[in-house]
Amino acid sequence: MTSPAIRIQGLKKNFGASEIIRGVDLDIHRGERHAIIGPNGAGKSTLFHLISARLPFSSGAIELKGENVVGLKPFQINRKGLSRSFQITNIFHNLSVFENLRCAVLWSLGYRYSFWQRLASLKDARLRAEQVMEDIGLGKRRDTPAGILSYAEQRALEIGITIASGADVILLDEPTAGMSNTETEEAVALIRRVTEGKTLVMVEHDMGVVFGLADRISVLVYGQIIATDTPAAIRCNAAVQEAYLGTSLNHD
Amino acid sequence: MNPALLSRGRLAVWGGCLALAFALPLVLKSGFVISLLCQIGIMVVFSLSYNMLLGQTGLLSFGHAVYYGLGAFATMHLLNAIGKGGGPLTTALLPFAGGLAGLAAGVLLGYVTTRKAGTTFAMITLGIGEMVAACSLMFPAVFGGEGGVSGNRVVGKETVLGFSWGPQVEMYGLIVLWAFACTVAMFALTQTPLGRIANAVRDNPERAEFVGYDTERVRFLMVILSGFFAGIAGGLSALNYEIVTAETLNAHTSGVVLLIAFVGGIGFFYGPIIGAILVTVMQIVIGGMTHAWLLYFGLFFLFMVLVAPGGIASLIAVQRALWQAGLFRRMLPHYLAVALPVLVLLAGLVGLIELGYALLSGDAGVGAGDTATKVLGMQLHLNAPGPWLTALAVTGIGLMLTRWIGGRLGVAWNATLATLHGDKQ
Repeated sequence: MTSPAIRIQGLKKNFGASEIIRGVDLDIHRGERHAIIGPNGAGKSTLFHLISARLPFSSGAIELKGENVVGLKPFQINRKGLSRSFQITNIFHNLSVFENLRCAVLWSLGYRYSFWQRLASLKDARLRAEQVMEDIGLGKRRDTPAGILSYAEQRALEIGITIASGADVILLDEPTAGMSNTETEEAVALIRRVTEGKTLVMVEHDMGVVFGLADRISVLVYGQIIATDTPAAIRCNAAVQEAYLGTSLNHD
Repeated sequence: MNPALLSRGRLAVWGGCLALAFALPLVLKSGFVISLLCQIGIMVVFSLSYNMLLGQTGLLSFGHAVYYGLGAFATMHLLNAIGKGGGPLTTALLPFAGGLAGLAAGVLLGYVTTRKAGTTFAMITLGIGEMVAACSLMFPAVFGGEGGVSGNRVVGKETVLGFSWGPQVEMYGLIVLWAFACTVAMFALTQTPLGRIANAVRDNPERAEFVGYDTERVRFLMVILSGFFAGIAGGLSALNYEIVTAETLNAHTSGVVLLIAFVGGIGFFYGPIIGAILVTVMQIVIGGMTHAWLLYFGLFFLFMVLVAPGGIASLIAVQRALWQAGLFRRMLPHYLAVALPVLVLLAGLVGLIELGYALLSGDAGVGAGDTATKVLGMQLHLNAPGPWLTALAVTGIGLMLTRWIGGRLGVAWNATLATLHGDKQ
């Protein structure tokens, strides 16, 4: 059997005296769509930061596709095929939509730090960036600086940058936060389309999105995972219902 | 295969600039102008190299003169070491050695400075700049102490294609060739993967890490390459002035190149070129007219920071956008209307500054112990109230008119910009 896409064991993270992640064990299977839910302040985003090496962790171990990735820097983890998006839009504001996406594909196509090749002659980078641009529905905004896109467009670009490199493990941090219902529906369709055949882990507050997309759900409460199961089983889980007392898990 | 490598428009711009640069000394034959043009050419390369860091990578350096100065010293020492063994062709190629010295300095110093971006980078470059400047005074054998190191760019009696580089106009030709080659190379760099990723690192270093790029490495490479071009500029200055002093690598020179890039516009590739031309001309021309030229330059810089923080290039870009949208005609009357009060204001300010400067510095500029100074060709008496009151009145009227008409320009400007952006959306 192949190793899981991500294996987390005994993961802990302290900020000073306060323990935010208090011993997380979690296997993300290859090719599954996995959602992490939990109340505000449970440590969902922190968990993402630890997996993607944006923050160092205090103790524990993380394996990416069977490989120990402890101590690696974000760019090294990215090169191993893990790509993430951010809860707060994190794009290249002064660059056009097209340039944002081209920057995101350059490393994966092997152009590294080249200063002896002309960008305009790199056909594969252009085609890949253009394809992603069509995928995320921003084909008409090709030359618009990313900083002046609408919020929903920026969120789409955020996902575009994340998937452009062709990474096979995708982490999305609240991809539909702040969107209207229509925009959320479009975003869900987009996520479903672009993560086809890949491993997807996402943090999400919108239960409609979670239960619509996820194959499995993990519930994070106060830095610990209290349950990991299929959507149907999570819905009936007593501990989860207790943690979510007062909120409904039943609307789709 | 290579779209737009040399599109007709771009080729025309580059060719036109080169032709203009070569044609200028044929039209303006004065030695003063040719010296000025030489200095501009050198500063163009230097400030473009600086903008590889500030504008393209988002790195604010306070010590860029280090690469310029070390390139200059290396070139000068090499020129003197080769001596009679060389010839005009060797001399013409020496700025490349200056570039290699700048590159080597970039590898050594950049390794330390590029660990962090932002304020930390700025502070470290300031420290390293001071350190190198201090060293330059501590090792007179290398840096020539206060007198600097001098040499002669004419080696022997040979010529290459009839050039010995002795006459200033020949040196100018050499500077144009180098400056053109460097400008093309630096522009080409902006069109490469590294150039674009440098922009990404400028905009958002965190995201650049999450698309696979080591931002430290990107900054390091950009510092090295920028050091190379700064070194070439330094090498050209060594050949041009035939003397290199410690001033070439000190904080003042680092400050000047920052001002040039900023005034010209760091957001545009050609911004520093405009800055280099403008600042050098101001420095030499206004500097030749008045001792108070630094005051004028300070005021000008203040004005630019407050009114057009994007530099001259950003002003040009906006006018161009207005022109293309057919809106320029709407603004033109306002520009013309505001020109007159601005001129009145300037005249008043010049009067006040000159009178004040003459009074405070005791440097009346007419003769020892004089109580008069010359302003705009008029002889003014410092101890009479007349000139002071007149200058004050002219400044006051100019200020009022400028505020009044400038206010109307501001309203029209906002309305026009709203139309421009409304059309786009």
